Amino acid sequence: MLSRMAENMYWFARYLERAENVARLVTVTTNLMLDLPRQVTADWGPLVDITGSREAFMKRHGEISEHRVVQFLLADRDNPGSLISSLTKARENLRTTRDIVPAEAWEQINRIHLMAQDKMGEALSRRGRHEFLQAIVGHCQQIVGLLGGAMSRDEAYEFMRLGRYLERADMTTRILDVRSGDLLAEIPSDLMAYSRLQWMSVLKSLTAYQMYRRLVRSRVSGVDVVRFLLREERFPRSLQACIRTLEEGVAKLPHQEMPLRAVAQLKSLLQRADIAALAHESGTLHLYMDELQLKLAACHNAIVATYFSLEPMAAHVGRPHPATTEPIPPPAHSPSQAQTQRAN
Amino acid sequence: MSQQWREYLQPDFFDELIGPEGPRPAARPLLDLLSKLGPETLRERQRAAELEIKTLGITFTVYTDGNAIDRAWPMDIIPRVIAANEWRRTEAGLKQRMQALNLFINDIYGPQHIIRDKRFPEALIATSKNFRPQCRDFTPPAGVWAHICGSDMVRDADGTLYVLEDNLRVPSGVSYMMMNRLVMKHVFPELFENQIILPVDDYPSQLFDMLAAMSPRPGDRPCVVVLTPGIYNSAYFEHAYLAQQMGVELVVGSDLYVGEDDGVYMRTIQGPERVDVIYRRIDDDFLDPEAFRPDSALGVPGLLRAWRAGRVALVNAPGAGVADDKVVYTYVPDFIKYYLDEEPILPNVPTWRCEDPASLDHVLRHLPELVVKPANESGGYGMIVGPKASRAECERFADLIRSDPRNYIAQPTLALSTVPTLTDHVPEPRHVDLRPFILSGNEIQVTTGGLTRVAMVKGSLVVNSSQGGGSKDTWVVETGDAEAQG
Repeated sequence: MLSRMAENMYWFARYLERAENVARLVTVTTNLMLDLPRQVTADWGPLVDITGSREAFMKRHGEISEHRVVQFLLADRDNPGSLISSLTKARENLRTTRDIVPAEAWEQINRIHLMAQDKMGEALSRRGRHEFLQAIVGHCQQIVGLLGGAMSRDEAYEFMRLGRYLERADMTTRILDVRSGDLLAEIPSDLMAYSRLQWMSVLKSLTAYQMYRRLVRSRVSGVDVVRFLLREERFPRSLQACIRTLEEGVAKLPHQEMPLRAVAQLKSLLQRADIAALAHESGTLHLYMDELQLKLAACHNAIVATYFSLEPMAAHVGRPHPATTEPIPPPAHSPSQAQTQRAN
Repeated sequence: MSQQWREYLQPDFFDELIGPEGPRPAARPLLDLLSKLGPETLRERQRAAELEIKTLGITFTVYTDGNAIDRAWPMDIIPRVIAANEWRRTEAGLKQRMQALNLFINDIYGPQHIIRDKRFPEALIATSKNFRPQCRDFTPPAGVWAHICGSDMVRDADGTLYVLEDNLRVPSGVSYMMMNRLVMKHVFPELFENQIILPVDDYPSQLFDMLAAMSPRPGDRPCVVVLTPGIYNSAYFEHAYLAQQMGVELVVGSDLYVGEDDGVYMRTIQGPERVDVIYRRIDDDFLDPEAFRPDSALGVPGLLRAWRAGRVALVNAPGAGVADDKVVYTYVPDFIKYYLDEEPILPNVPTWRCEDPASLDHVLRHLPELVVKPANESGGYGMIVGPKASRAECERFADLIRSDPRNYIAQPTLALSTVPTLTDHVPEPRHVDLRPFILSGNEIQVTTGGLTRVAMVKGSLVVNSSQGGGSKDTWVVETGDAEAQG
């Protein structure tokens, strides 16, 4: 399989997952805002932090407000993590790999992309936002379902899964990191109920609330939520489940040593954690989430270096790229369009 | 119904299906069916064909004003029919022509005997846009440079089939030829049952066999790839289609690199994979930034080096375009005589070379009657059709010619043959040409028929799809056997 195709499949899946996650995050936060009283100072700032774009946001907008944050996260094309940017890039990456996925996937991504462009205005007001974002999430899930149901479990499929689960794991740690920061702070007893609401919103932003309740029948508590989202093997969005999927996926690919090693390190870091200790102190949790993210980035870098690197293979094995916390955007695979048109 | 065909005939043009006595023998079953079905049913079948083309995603791209538009591939359901006997003779002529062309190209990049023997002017090479000095003193496998050639043919009013030009840089259209056949089998299944219409479907396997035979490494599993400029190229559909049909990888320049051993390698997740043969659909200019245009982002640095080292085969070879030149075209009958010591089976269109002072004089005096073309443009651009041009246009063009005579050739306005084509009412004659494809490897093979291009506008001679032309399926029909079968 061509490295370029593998890379496109990987990024297609990452961007699609990112789009779905951003949509869900905004919708859950909007609902949360409706429930919280004024005294609880949860604001839209954490959302900007979750997507790692506080600096960029402050430069452009200078001030946190619901309108500005929603605009930034959904419609801003200069924000590489926005909904519209993610959908555009997902589509771009699928364009050249159309031949190796079921044709309906291409039609579907076009449809979502078009819809996002046409109806973005509705999302910016609270009124139409829910319906718009639900539709986006629904359509994303439709593509995932379509590909899961109709695509052979070949290498293209494995790279797609790697991208999806890395992005998912990354988003899980980010949400836990940012939200639990405020949630684990000292909360006055009369606002305890609201802290539960906020933990519920953490679960909902990862579509985990219902499954959490089935498993943990008592009230929603910080410790249980952290444990569930990190280590519940049977829940497909937990970090544990993501890591297992990564492991299985890499094991099916050639030259697996370096990526497998990176995944193994991530896995052992997760298994070593003392959840109870972490959940009681926001500082420790934050540090731990940082470590997890570094290990996730190392997995990403290992995959890039082993399978996508533009240099001849021999030169790169054994010399990993420096770890970063932000996923590296895909290289520009679009030489001048004018050249392409004239070239024969 | 035969009354209808009599009204259809135009006295000044040769029609491919209907002669002065009525339907031509090879076309009789077809015309009988067309009469029986009638215009309304025909239009229905045409719509069905168009729907299938749309569903199959058969498109081509047109560029205007910086915009790219994907258009559905235009096909008219009434095919052009050629009797198999005539085709066999044409085929022999094309093979002869191709053999001579490759001998010429090999000679011109080698010892240049034809120049030494004064049968071809050296000055033409010096001023040739497509002659690549980087290819001098090298002989590719089997001495073949133009492995794939699309030779455009036209028939004049007297019934003679002429070769109009040889496209042997990066000729395209063969996938549309195959798509047309596929769709036509669904439009007129009854005719395929009742006659022997020779197949075209084996082109991809013939192409693959030819490509594989060019591999520099012995063994039965050579690595063949199709190199495309990318999805924004107008012929991308064909690149992807041929790669898929042959079961080979479709790559862009950045998927390949030339290693220290001058081998070409493909970047895969398994690691570098050695490439033996590249069917390149990128023009010479953009093929290798090391050897040609350094600003090309589409090519592979060092590819020419790998080719000259014999580590990879390039199809068509770089520099083959020296023979894809409208002035060089005029010498092809001479090549056949010089290299093969034979008379050409197929004639060239009578042509005046403007670089010759006497010819230039004639051309300038008769411009309103002639078709004048620049030596190196394709797609029908940069030419003038005298009879259709205004006086001002003729004068402006005359200045162009005077400023650069070597660059222009002139031909009489041919009365291109016609084929019935559907309109809103009854079928009407429309002008056509024909592009068969010739594969040259260890042997020379010609497609059965080829792509028939049709000018959709009444009276127009412009058949190129980028300028509003359409297409037809081409049927080579066995007449003898059909009659024997009753």
